[in-house]
Amino acid sequence: MNAMNKKITSGLLWLACWVATAAHAVNDLPGGPAVRQLNMHPPATKVAEEQHALHWMMMLICMGIFVAVFGVMFYSIWKHRKSVGHQPATFHESVKVEIAWTIVPFIIVIFMAIPATKAVVAQKDTSNADLTIKATGYQWRWGYEYLKGEGNGISILSSLDNEQRVLSNSGAKGADLDNYLLKVDHPLVVPVGKKVRIITTSADVIHAFAVPAFGIKQDAIPGFVRDTWFRAEKPGDYYGQCQELCGKEHAYMPIHVKVLGEAEYTAWVQSQTTTKTAAVSAAVVASADSTNK
Amino acid sequence: MSAVLDPHGHVADHHDHHHAPVGWRRWVFATNHKDIGTLYLLFAFTMLMFGGVLALLIRAELFQPGLQIVNPELFNQLTTMHGLIMVFGAIMPAFVGFANWMIPMQIGAPDMAFARMNNFSFWLMIPAAAMLASSFFMPGGAPATGWTLYAPLTMQMGPSMDAGIFAMHILGASSIMGSINIVVTILNMRAPGMTLMKMPMFVWTWLITAYLLIAVMPVLAGAITMTLTDRHFGTTFFNPAGGGDPIMFQHIFWFFGHPEVYIMILPAFGIISQVVPAFARKKLFGYASMVYATASIAILSFIVWAHHMYTTGMPVTGQLFFMYATMLISVPTGVKVFNWIATMWRGSMTFETPMLFAVGFIFVFTMGGFTGLILSMAPIDLQLQDGYYVVAHFHYVLVAGSLFAMFSGAYYWLPKWTGVMYNEGLGKLHFWWTLISFNVTFFPMHFLGLAGMPRRYADYPMQFADFNALASVGAFAFGIAQVFFFFFIVLPCMRGHGPKAPQRPWEAAEGLEWEVPSPAPFHTYEVPPKLNADATKVIG
Repeated sequence: MNAMNKKITSGLLWLACWVATAAHAVNDLPGGPAVRQLNMHPPATKVAEEQHALHWMMMLICMGIFVAVFGVMFYSIWKHRKSVGHQPATFHESVKVEIAWTIVPFIIVIFMAIPATKAVVAQKDTSNADLTIKATGYQWRWGYEYLKGEGNGISILSSLDNEQRVLSNSGAKGADLDNYLLKVDHPLVVPVGKKVRIITTSADVIHAFAVPAFGIKQDAIPGFVRDTWFRAEKPGDYYGQCQELCGKEHAYMPIHVKVLGEAEYTAWVQSQTTTKTAAVSAAVVASADSTNK
Repeated sequence: MSAVLDPHGHVADHHDHHHAPVGWRRWVFATNHKDIGTLYLLFAFTMLMFGGVLALLIRAELFQPGLQIVNPELFNQLTTMHGLIMVFGAIMPAFVGFANWMIPMQIGAPDMAFARMNNFSFWLMIPAAAMLASSFFMPGGAPATGWTLYAPLTMQMGPSMDAGIFAMHILGASSIMGSINIVVTILNMRAPGMTLMKMPMFVWTWLITAYLLIAVMPVLAGAITMTLTDRHFGTTFFNPAGGGDPIMFQHIFWFFGHPEVYIMILPAFGIISQVVPAFARKKLFGYASMVYATASIAILSFIVWAHHMYTTGMPVTGQLFFMYATMLISVPTGVKVFNWIATMWRGSMTFETPMLFAVGFIFVFTMGGFTGLILSMAPIDLQLQDGYYVVAHFHYVLVAGSLFAMFSGAYYWLPKWTGVMYNEGLGKLHFWWTLISFNVTFFPMHFLGLAGMPRRYADYPMQFADFNALASVGAFAFGIAQVFFFFFIVLPCMRGHGPKAPQRPWEAAEGLEWEVPSPAPFHTYEVPPKLNADATKVIG
């Protein structure tokens, strides 16, 4: 009996501890996810603002239609029940009504498509960029090469912070990290207010480069180059994650974009071009070797 | 002989001239559409449970941030196999089960056109399912590429990828044969007087679905064969180093994939179109419109595939075309929803379990339709592609859509299949439990997707923890509800434990299936019936 009670008590304690570890008291990450976030990231580019506006428009129209249609349905469920004595009508077709509820939604859809078209055209226009950076997806990290514009020649390899990867394996017990799985060793650094063109490709399988606060997402496809662009409106740190299943560490190759003021960016470029390039090239080679094992 | 578990064949159809088969031979050599329907439904339910266990493992892992139960490789295998099993093992075979049971009875035919090929179509699925299920135990584990099998990640998979490709070929062959059977049966074996425009809507939706299947299953076969030859026979269809293109895989896959999701919803629409008029005691509103809307949806489904590929880098004109075409599909779909509500309007409704699931379907499927419309907008899709908003969307349309419609059809037709009335109180319990737990599971995923949580992630930033925990709790409740369904609804009916079902348990149900006894005898309509003007009743 005593041993049994002990077992039950320790079992319950274990359960309580386990449930307690479910509560992670984290804070919002500026430029990244917020706790119990309901909507998209606060926009840091005009494109992202446009996406917000479009989404609100769609939500309001859809919610309006939803309330109208299901208002009618629930009214009918309430009033047209056998249990309240309602007798069934016999009508079962009406060409006029069918035409009406085909044409009206068709018009609503056209009305939705017009602002969407403008947004699509804007987000695909990568011409006249101030800065061009190639983002290469590797299994499982990102490589950034500055190709044109201020900073060209810089090469960065950006990997998830190793401590966080180890922490994941151990179940992230008791940890309260605001940037969990988003912290990298070398972020991508860009200047504020400049049009940055990101060229994506991959060295192995398809990955996807995404930064929700900028409103961008572009697949990184081996053997092909694709591009997207952004112009960050304010300095800060912005985060994204790989968005195309690329193997076992798919969840562990984040994107961290550091947007600096123009003067700070120039200072950063100067600090990079001398010392870092050689070291990073060696790291790229070393990591490519280890991925191929 | 009826479809209940009846080992001694006591409930005999006295018009049988030959001995109806008994024992294991009855099932292994089945050529009777009712028996084959039962086999498909039980197989599909088993796969639903297996796929469900995989889902619960996923949700258990995602309950908290950090890896607790599985490593990321196994996690990717779980998500892949959950998708493949549910799509190819649960939803599609279940609808074929409904088709087998109901189409011949609803058109006044004695059986399917090709009864023996029907048997082959079913039994092919067993080795395929065994291969898929056992792939977890092969070296390297199950395929871990997502059910969408994108190249070139498929090149990195072990031998289970090849087993999976073989299994999909077999399942595809089974589907194609089944679809040919359905088309030929419907076009040739309707009772005299049942013109196409007098057929029940369930038959119409299956006729259209069968054509879709015949058109696109071969395309999937092409895509997975190219994957197989790239893996082992030196081709480079999807390998850029050899002049190939990984995006071509996506085009071919989604050319199959998009009609595939309509294949998984059109028969659901058909079931709802049978159930709502029965419980509103009013004919389906706008029958002709419903037929044309279904056909429009099917045709449009061929020209929208690249809305799954907005982020691959296609030119502006491509994005615009696919966006417009996809938005257009919402029009005929909306027409169908309006027609169902118009059927309810000024009817005389009662809310037995089939009607609860049908109304639940209309409500929750429409929510899934709205999120689909939002996803179709390319600029918004850039935020949401490959994230949890997409996961929420397709679970709303596939679970709250297809699965709810199947529950509606099962409750509606179980009395006809088994001769037993299920317990109405327990049915209602199943409905509410399922509806609530479904929404607890999948509604938070919309927020996760908007907040940027990517899909197919074994671990996630901690800010996503609360909604993930909520979704996991809901998932377990949902799973238990379906086990409850099997043990407290299906099994008692199959065993004959319950009040005897009348021939027409639903007073306003129309259709030739209600003109035969409950349970339906082993052979029905061996002689083509004489039909009334509406083709809804047998006369003379």
